[in-house]
Amino acid sequence: MYQRLPEPGGMPIPFTLDGRRLEGRAGDTVAAALLAAGVETCRTSAVGGAPRAPYCMMGVCFECLVTIDGVGNRQGCLVPLQAGMAVETQLGHGKRELAR
Amino acid sequence: MQNDYDFAVVGGGLVGAAVAYGLGKRGLKVLMLDEGDVAKRASRGNFALVWVQSKGLGMPRYATWTRASSDHWPGFAAELREVAGFDLAYRRPGGFHLVLSQDELERRAASIQRLHNQDEVEPYHIEVLDGDEIRRRLPEAGPEVAGGTYCALDGDVNSLKLFRAMHAGFVRNGGSYRNGALVDRIEAGDGGYRLVTPDGAHTADRVVLAAGLDNPRLGAMVGLDVPVRPLRGQVIVTEKTAPFLDMPLSTIRQTDEGGVMIGDSQEEADDHDVMRPGINAVMADRAVRMFPRLGRLNVVRTWSALRVYSRDGFPIYEESPSHPGAYVVTCHSGVTLAAAHSQILAGKLADGGLTSDFDDFSARRFHVSAAS
Repeated sequence: MYQRLPEPGGMPIPFTLDGRRLEGRAGDTVAAALLAAGVETCRTSAVGGAPRAPYCMMGVCFECLVTIDGVGNRQGCLVPLQAGMAVETQLGHGKRELAR
Repeated sequence: MQNDYDFAVVGGGLVGAAVAYGLGKRGLKVLMLDEGDVAKRASRGNFALVWVQSKGLGMPRYATWTRASSDHWPGFAAELREVAGFDLAYRRPGGFHLVLSQDELERRAASIQRLHNQDEVEPYHIEVLDGDEIRRRLPEAGPEVAGGTYCALDGDVNSLKLFRAMHAGFVRNGGSYRNGALVDRIEAGDGGYRLVTPDGAHTADRVVLAAGLDNPRLGAMVGLDVPVRPLRGQVIVTEKTAPFLDMPLSTIRQTDEGGVMIGDSQEEADDHDVMRPGINAVMADRAVRMFPRLGRLNVVRTWSALRVYSRDGFPIYEESPSHPGAYVVTCHSGVTLAAAHSQILAGKLADGGLTSDFDDFSARRFHVSAAS
């Protein structure tokens, strides 16, 4: 759905999503790297179970919650991507709390 | 001279909107003047309980008024859902107040006993429960809970949706709403009142002051003494989490959207831009001791807001003795009393004025000792 701008700025940054090897760019946030990698659902909502994805990209909407290096409910749009990060989606009830 | 409106309601918060909505649905031509989002707006900071237990010690009429509002709430919520087109998440499953020590439990029980010993209070049942009984009814409650009280009349609502629904219903019923309309001056004329705002003046046969902490200033323009002061409260909100608490507590509730609200402190202070971390720490600590699972949640937001508190904490409803047709309506329970304000009080105003059963709520009660 999303494409990077033509000029490929930034060094490649390897990370994993649910164990799958992916690559972002230096300067990406975790949420931006997920969108660029074509990820369409990063979690399901706690009450209704609806699929959610990064939205506001500025820390307000809390839609981009993911587990990062074992810590649940991080706002992906506020965390700069770093090499070797283990990112996990939060699909299904209770995952977030178990992850803490 | 013909005035522009039957009623001008000054204040667009939960109190003003409830009165304006109630007047408008009775076919009156109503103007709601709202300062806007720069206002202190207690409606923005409330805890959203529709609460009965423990209210009214010192004024039996307040206990019965609160009870009446609580009983009107189911119909009021259904009516608003119809007129606004969305659900308010109102529920009335009963509510708990939890305590963390035997001493707290004894003081709570004594206070409820005094409340019910007052004459004129319609009896309603409040159960005093020990810790084991609480844990039986609320399986998530932690081992430190020493007991609590339960009242089947208590409930809660999504107060942001309530706020929006009353505004939408008001406009849908033909009401006129003005934002950014801080009232600079109220002038009494022969056949009514002229209210001067930055965007021009409006005339109305009668005027209702429902402007919260601005009521003392406005009241003085129409001969009303309104002794209210700010009482600061702080609220903590957690991230959304899977539903675990299906009824409200006096200090903890999980909203229909999954977030958990933790309140609600009381502090003499007049600045709503200030947050005291020490108060939040105490509130959070007590909440985690009541429900240990809360300790695993992130806090996403905290705020402080100013309650509108009269000298004795009870509402003030009064018509000006010197300016007929000018009324003040103020309280600190804008959510709980929204149904009474819309369904009962607005009806009185529409029908001609406050009847004698509202005398207890007059600000004259603050002058008794001076007069005697």
